[in-house]
Amino acid sequence: MEVFLQQLINGITLGSIYGLIAIGYTMVFGIIGMVNFAHGDVFMVSTFVALIAFLFITTWIGVPSIAVALLLVLLVAMLFTSLVNWAIERLAYRPLRGSFRLAPLISAIGMSIFLSNFVQVTQGPRNKAIPPMVQGDMVLFSQNGYNVTLSLKQAIIWGVTAILLVAFWYLVAKTRLGRAQRACEQDQKMAALVGVNVDQTISITFIIAAALAAVAGTLYLTYYGVVNFADGFVPGVKAFTAAVLGGIGSLPGAVIGGLLIGLIETFWSAYFSIDYKDVAAFSVLAITLIFLPQGLFGRPDVEKV
Amino acid sequence: MKQETTVKGSNALAAVRDAAISALISLGLFLPLVGFETIVNIRNELTLDTRWPLLFTMVALVFVGRLAYSLFAAPRLAQRKQHAAAAPAWLGTIGKWFVPFAIGFVIVYPVLVLSTAGFGGALKWVDNFGIQILIYVMLGWGLNIVVGLAGLLDLGYVAFYAVGAYSYALLAKEFGFSFWLLLPLAGIMASFWGVLLGFPVLRLRGDYLAIVTLAFGEIIRVVLINWVDFTNGYAGISGIPRPTFFGIPFTAGDDGFAATFGLEFSPIYRTIFLYYVILALAFLTAFVTVRLRRLPVGRAWEALREDEVACRSLGVNTTNTKLTAFSIGAMFGGFAGSFFAARQGFISPESFTFIESATIVAIVVLGGMGSQIGVAVAAVVMIGGTEIMRELNFLRQIFGESFDPTQYRMLIFGFAMVVIMVFRPRGFVSTRQPTVFLKERKTISSDLVGEGHG
Repeated sequence: MEVFLQQLINGITLGSIYGLIAIGYTMVFGIIGMVNFAHGDVFMVSTFVALIAFLFITTWIGVPSIAVALLLVLLVAMLFTSLVNWAIERLAYRPLRGSFRLAPLISAIGMSIFLSNFVQVTQGPRNKAIPPMVQGDMVLFSQNGYNVTLSLKQAIIWGVTAILLVAFWYLVAKTRLGRAQRACEQDQKMAALVGVNVDQTISITFIIAAALAAVAGTLYLTYYGVVNFADGFVPGVKAFTAAVLGGIGSLPGAVIGGLLIGLIETFWSAYFSIDYKDVAAFSVLAITLIFLPQGLFGRPDVEKV
Repeated sequence: MKQETTVKGSNALAAVRDAAISALISLGLFLPLVGFETIVNIRNELTLDTRWPLLFTMVALVFVGRLAYSLFAAPRLAQRKQHAAAAPAWLGTIGKWFVPFAIGFVIVYPVLVLSTAGFGGALKWVDNFGIQILIYVMLGWGLNIVVGLAGLLDLGYVAFYAVGAYSYALLAKEFGFSFWLLLPLAGIMASFWGVLLGFPVLRLRGDYLAIVTLAFGEIIRVVLINWVDFTNGYAGISGIPRPTFFGIPFTAGDDGFAATFGLEFSPIYRTIFLYYVILALAFLTAFVTVRLRRLPVGRAWEALREDEVACRSLGVNTTNTKLTAFSIGAMFGGFAGSFFAARQGFISPESFTFIESATIVAIVVLGGMGSQIGVAVAAVVMIGGTEIMRELNFLRQIFGESFDPTQYRMLIFGFAMVVIMVFRPRGFVSTRQPTVFLKERKTISSDLVGEGHG
């Protein structure tokens, strides 16, 4: 029971991070129908930007409290990662809009290889570790000498994720921008006819996706304290799995899918085998696509001739 | 006259402004990752260092490059677009002679290299360039059946390559079977796995299919890493028996190849033998593909690629069509895998990562899906290009001793993938020769090739 509760807490934490990345996949797929293969690497870039921002702020400027530093790191990471993703869309995806179906996917795979190697070349291939940013935990529950704890880090991750999801939901559901986005999702040509700037809306979608990935990246750095240039691929595939599981194109689906993947992975590692935890996530992906291709909350894909 | 100069003047001004904006954006892009460097200091703490000169050089390069593009390259490109370039006649003549010439060249290649570089120098050229490129040509042709002909994007092709390699390595080590017996066996094993993994993904299409095959490829790799009893995990399998010349081993001993034929011992004989083995295997792949395209199953593949729905409504059994594509493609992957294991003498899961799959897919797509010549050219350019990066030692004299060109291999590879996709989304060889025609064979321009949604 205690182990179960502890794993539940860990799983939700991991799931929040996956959920934030998954939103990026699902939004981009919803609006232009492509799997943005480079999104995992955009997330990895954001962890590095956050790392550099953190070092810059703490060692060069120096701020009074860790909370302020963390907030600054978050903002810097969001800003630069958004710029990166905006540029990627402009350079690698926009020229291919309307080209044959696999072209953007191949371009995205190339971009993914480029990004991870760019970071490897500029920042080196080794793991980059920083001392823990926030410490302290809270014992929620104690039984048989086993403490179920919620660390401050985890509480921060839950809090930030929750706040951002509410803000994001407001953006998509209530604002003019969100309306334009949903219009483009349904029919780009029609949206353009009624005065929606489709190109701009797609750009903004990529910016939002990157900003959320940057939040995930900053939280990832806070939680693990270690980043590596190769750490984009596997979280990327897992977040994609989350998006598919929730029903690709569905925003609440992405979050719930992320939480489910986080929980599945944590429980699998705790109760079965930690070596095969990636196999668990990949199998979930394959099984979902084969038996439930529309996901938990997605619309079924209607084939038109 | 005057008007024209003012137009030109404002053009130049606009170009400068445009270049300045690009430079500003690139400053933002490069600032965190290029401007700062994270370094571990003596006390094992992570610290920050700056690299302003590098950052500003890169930004300046972007400025100059963008300016040059909008002033000189862009008008010319626009002009070319207006006079839609009809393919010049000499291109057709070259095209006709290219294939026989290329086949002749690859057959005499080891001899050519031997006569120019001598015994010592030839080893590298035959091994790193000849064999390495031919393995990828063969993998590209094998995957071409799945991606190029049947239109099923498979991002996990390396799994079959791995199955072939491990089948050969384990069976040869455990039971001592010969290479020639295990080669077909490895192909059968791989093709069995092709059917096994093909079954569940029959209903999927496009991107989804790609991602699931990727997941399968990764699952196989993770299993290879973790099933230590069977595969020896990360450490890999070493001491895999090398192929022999019809029973005569390539060793320095008395019963070795060199001694038997009265030659002086040199490792080059084995390399040249391996070169011809992979060449024969690659030709086999190409030949089988060419013949299969004329069979009903080959036509069904191409029909499936163009439009799955139309295909089904005309009574083509899409299940069988897809499964045959998967299994035949996988079989060639298995052949290549067992050859790889025999050539290296050592295999580990490191050789079968996703990057390998992406490389093979890139070769097929960049070559122009379905075009065998294109795939071969793409393999030569991409693999030969990355191998050449190892040879560019003179760059070290320009950029300093610590400069290592091999670091940039994958960086340039990824970048090239994006650039080629953006400028030539249909690949190098983008025209398609129809396999079925009424009176005369007409070349179909890439612009006319409709894309099915299957």
